[in-house]
Amino acid sequence: MKEKPDVLQGTLALMVLKTLDVLGPQHGWGIARRIEQISGDLLAVNQGTLYPLLLRLENEGSIASEWGASENNRRARFYRLTVAGRKQLQAETREWEQTAAIIARFFNVKAEDLP
Amino acid sequence: MKFLRRFLIRLSNFATRRSADQRLQEEIAEHLAFQTEENLRAGMSPAEARRQAALKLGAVQAIREHHHAEQSLPLIENLLSDLKYAVRILLRSPGFSFIAIATMALGVGATTAIYSVIAATLLHPLPYPNPTELVRIQDDLSGVGAQGVGMSVPELRDLDSSGIFQSVAFAGRGANVNLTGSAQPLRLSFKQVTPNYFAVLGVDAQLGRTFDLHDSTPGYNLEVVISDGLWKREFGGDPHILGKALRLDNDEYHVVGVMPRGFRDQGSTSDEQNVELWLGAGFAGIPFPPPLRSSRLRSRVVIARLKPGLSIAAAQGRLDALAESLKKQYPAEYPAQTKWTVRLIPLSETVVGSVRQSLILLFGAVGLVLLISCVNVANLLLARASGRSREIAVRQALGAQKIRLIRQLLTESLLLFLLGGIAGFGLLFCTQHFLLRLVPESLPHLNNISINWSVLAFALAVSVAAGTVFGLAPAWLMSRFDLIGTLRQEGRGSSGSLGRSRTRQILVIGELALSLVLMVAAGLLLRSFWDLFAVQPGFNPDRVMAIQTWLPGPNDPTMDPYQTATQESVLLREILRRSRTLPGVEEAAIGDETSLPLGHSNPGRLPLIREGIETMDNEAPVIDSPIVSPEYFHLLGMPLERGRLFSDHDLEDTPQVAVINQAAARTYWPNQDPLGKRVRLQLDTRGLLSSAPPAWTTIIGVIADARTESLADAAIPLIYRSVYQRISKVVTIFLRGQLDPSTLPAQVREQIQSIDPGLPVFHAETLDDVLSTSLSVRRFSMEMVAFFAGTALLLAGLGIYGTISYVVNEQRREIAIRLAMGAQRGNILKMVLRRGLGLAAAGAGLGVVGALIVSHLMAGLLYGVSPTDLTTFAGVTLVLTTVALAASYIPALRAMRVDPITTLHSE
Repeated sequence: MKEKPDVLQGTLALMVLKTLDVLGPQHGWGIARRIEQISGDLLAVNQGTLYPLLLRLENEGSIASEWGASENNRRARFYRLTVAGRKQLQAETREWEQTAAIIARFFNVKAEDLP
Repeated sequence: MKFLRRFLIRLSNFATRRSADQRLQEEIAEHLAFQTEENLRAGMSPAEARRQAALKLGAVQAIREHHHAEQSLPLIENLLSDLKYAVRILLRSPGFSFIAIATMALGVGATTAIYSVIAATLLHPLPYPNPTELVRIQDDLSGVGAQGVGMSVPELRDLDSSGIFQSVAFAGRGANVNLTGSAQPLRLSFKQVTPNYFAVLGVDAQLGRTFDLHDSTPGYNLEVVISDGLWKREFGGDPHILGKALRLDNDEYHVVGVMPRGFRDQGSTSDEQNVELWLGAGFAGIPFPPPLRSSRLRSRVVIARLKPGLSIAAAQGRLDALAESLKKQYPAEYPAQTKWTVRLIPLSETVVGSVRQSLILLFGAVGLVLLISCVNVANLLLARASGRSREIAVRQALGAQKIRLIRQLLTESLLLFLLGGIAGFGLLFCTQHFLLRLVPESLPHLNNISINWSVLAFALAVSVAAGTVFGLAPAWLMSRFDLIGTLRQEGRGSSGSLGRSRTRQILVIGELALSLVLMVAAGLLLRSFWDLFAVQPGFNPDRVMAIQTWLPGPNDPTMDPYQTATQESVLLREILRRSRTLPGVEEAAIGDETSLPLGHSNPGRLPLIREGIETMDNEAPVIDSPIVSPEYFHLLGMPLERGRLFSDHDLEDTPQVAVINQAAARTYWPNQDPLGKRVRLQLDTRGLLSSAPPAWTTIIGVIADARTESLADAAIPLIYRSVYQRISKVVTIFLRGQLDPSTLPAQVREQIQSIDPGLPVFHAETLDDVLSTSLSVRRFSMEMVAFFAGTALLLAGLGIYGTISYVVNEQRREIAIRLAMGAQRGNILKMVLRRGLGLAAAGAGLGVVGALIVSHLMAGLLYGVSPTDLTTFAGVTLVLTTVALAASYIPALRAMRVDPITTLHSE
């Protein structure tokens, strides 16, 4: 069986931030499932690795967390984006798009296009 | 920013031991519950749903560890637990810990002590802003072998306008002045300086001002700047001191400023650095000679501040060009054969240049001691490693990573070295007052030596560096065990211990070699010192005391009560007559400052113009010229070789006469009879301002050479003149007899002041003290290096003792078998001793090579002994071998007494 690619730590952080931006406050499992759904099962997140990352983002001030009740009235810890986190997300999105655009241009260039 | 926030949160979590584990566990439980529900909805059986959820989550323990690592600071946590363990280990073997810490305390303490001296002298020689810009400008007449002949006022102006310097100043070398009007006439050290002197140094007054830069008074401007010390001592820190009139040498000066506390003047002697009065002068009018290019101000120093960013080499290049163009412009003033050159010397060099070599030698010596202590402790660590091999093997077997093991062992040795360093610093701190008394007073900046924070930082840095270097090797060796072998054949030695015992032997050989180097250095210094001490000085200092007074020299010569030699001789004859009546005095004589053997720093150098050879001051060689009374030679026991000495009938109005020493006769009249030859010496400027050329002086006698200028120099040419023909402002009174040094100065003071109450009396010393002071820096470095060498020898002895004991212990079984097979006990003894001898021989061989290199480097500090002195080398090697054998003898005896039965049974 072919191994699914490892998710880079930085990319995973970006995915977490984007998820919280789109869905609003979420608990850990919600974030994990969302990432799995969007990546089309391509990235099999070893779901537990999310928790040290969430703690790091919280220590860095990008997200905040508090206990709350889930949709089926379970006690769960909810994570939400802070102002600093939103700014970070915007900046990183811009950077990511720029990088992607440059790479895309490289892939599109054919030999005859070159002067 | 983000990083900092994260770090601070983790740090605070670590400090408060807050754990997020509880929270994580709850979150994981919820996570699993959510996932199980979802799996159930997908149609799995409950058991399968829980299993799949757990699989998807991953290894919980690993997640918890990562989570904890994120929450806290694992590096520091590990360090703390390592430290805790290291403390326990140290406490478990207190004997070992004590020896190791004491050894390091000795090494680091001694190194730090010498560092504190070096920090105060070599590293911070000039307490002024931008010290690297400060230079001394010296001009030489290399064609006639004259150095530092002094510059004239026009030359100073040329330099000032050359564009090389920000400003250029003249300064005196420090001289005496009488302050009268206070309770007791005081002799104070003063310097005449041009008004821009303080601007060159870059220091301003704490009260009032320094001299006005635009002051162009040709002579003294009658302003005085005083030191903080004088202000506090004599004037009680009077805030209204400004404008107060001081009577100095019968002239009235007005105080314009007080220098800041801690300001020290530049100069090469402590006398110069402790100047307390600065008088502003233009050096171009009365009482100075007219500012002609040919009237060089001899005893004045030129100091300057370079333009910012100009290197000394570049400035020297431009200065050479300037000198060349001056020589072309004034060919008559700079005769070609004299080869007038101008040199820039960094000012720091003039302050510490004389002691630099000694201090570097000391630092080198103490560095070796430190190295030996480190080697010794590394050796101890290795010895202990054999006792801990099982512990380490077990740790490794349980899965400890090698890097983690090394880190833990390194923490232990670092702790040991750091504790040693702190102990050494503490010891130094407690004994600093005692230690400072050992430092010779002639060392520049003695008062700046302090045990402060920077010294503590140095001690800690040295300990950490030494701990890292010398802890890493044993840690690495210890972690490199053959795991299976160690666990299986515990106690019988293993391949790992073979490597360690080889390392230990190499360490001991290194230790012995280093000690040999130190001992050779100490031996050579000791012999130099001894030779100097035992040298026949050519004069007899026994039972002689010298006491000085200073005759005022007012700016207006007509105000001077001692203007001519005839006037002065009345005073001097009366001083001599009264001195001879003092209890115990058998002989009395008088001389000037330079007549005090080995006790003067400013030689009175004058150009020597021989009749029919030289015609101008500018082309003459220079010679030291003491002025003495006729009794001087007999009092100091300097025998007459030819001709006659001065008599009481050689007076100011009789023909001028001089006595020279053999060195002068050999140098200036080779293969001729100097008696009856006539010379002229340029006169003191003060007192004789007539432009008439001085009369010829006839040489009437030759005395034997004496080492009155320097003990290390056998023969320096000297020309003596009579005090009854030449005035001298400093009067040194020599007394010989059964003298009581504690009461005599007061008696002499009473007698002198009953003749003239305005005269100060100071610097009462026995000639024996003067002699020993002149050797003080040499004695200091000799004693220190000898102390370090002794320490090194002790440590090396301990090192070889430890290693041989270890070897004997390792080979106990082998020895027991040999004995059981019938080996003679004497042979066992010989076998072990041979081992010690082998180590000693290897160490000595290496050491001799190192010592040869070092002894050549320190050749400049040696006197009368060659750097390859065979006796020293042989003697030191013998001592080292003896110590090594003695240290091996104890374990050898133990080896000989091994009882084969018990030994073989016990294993």
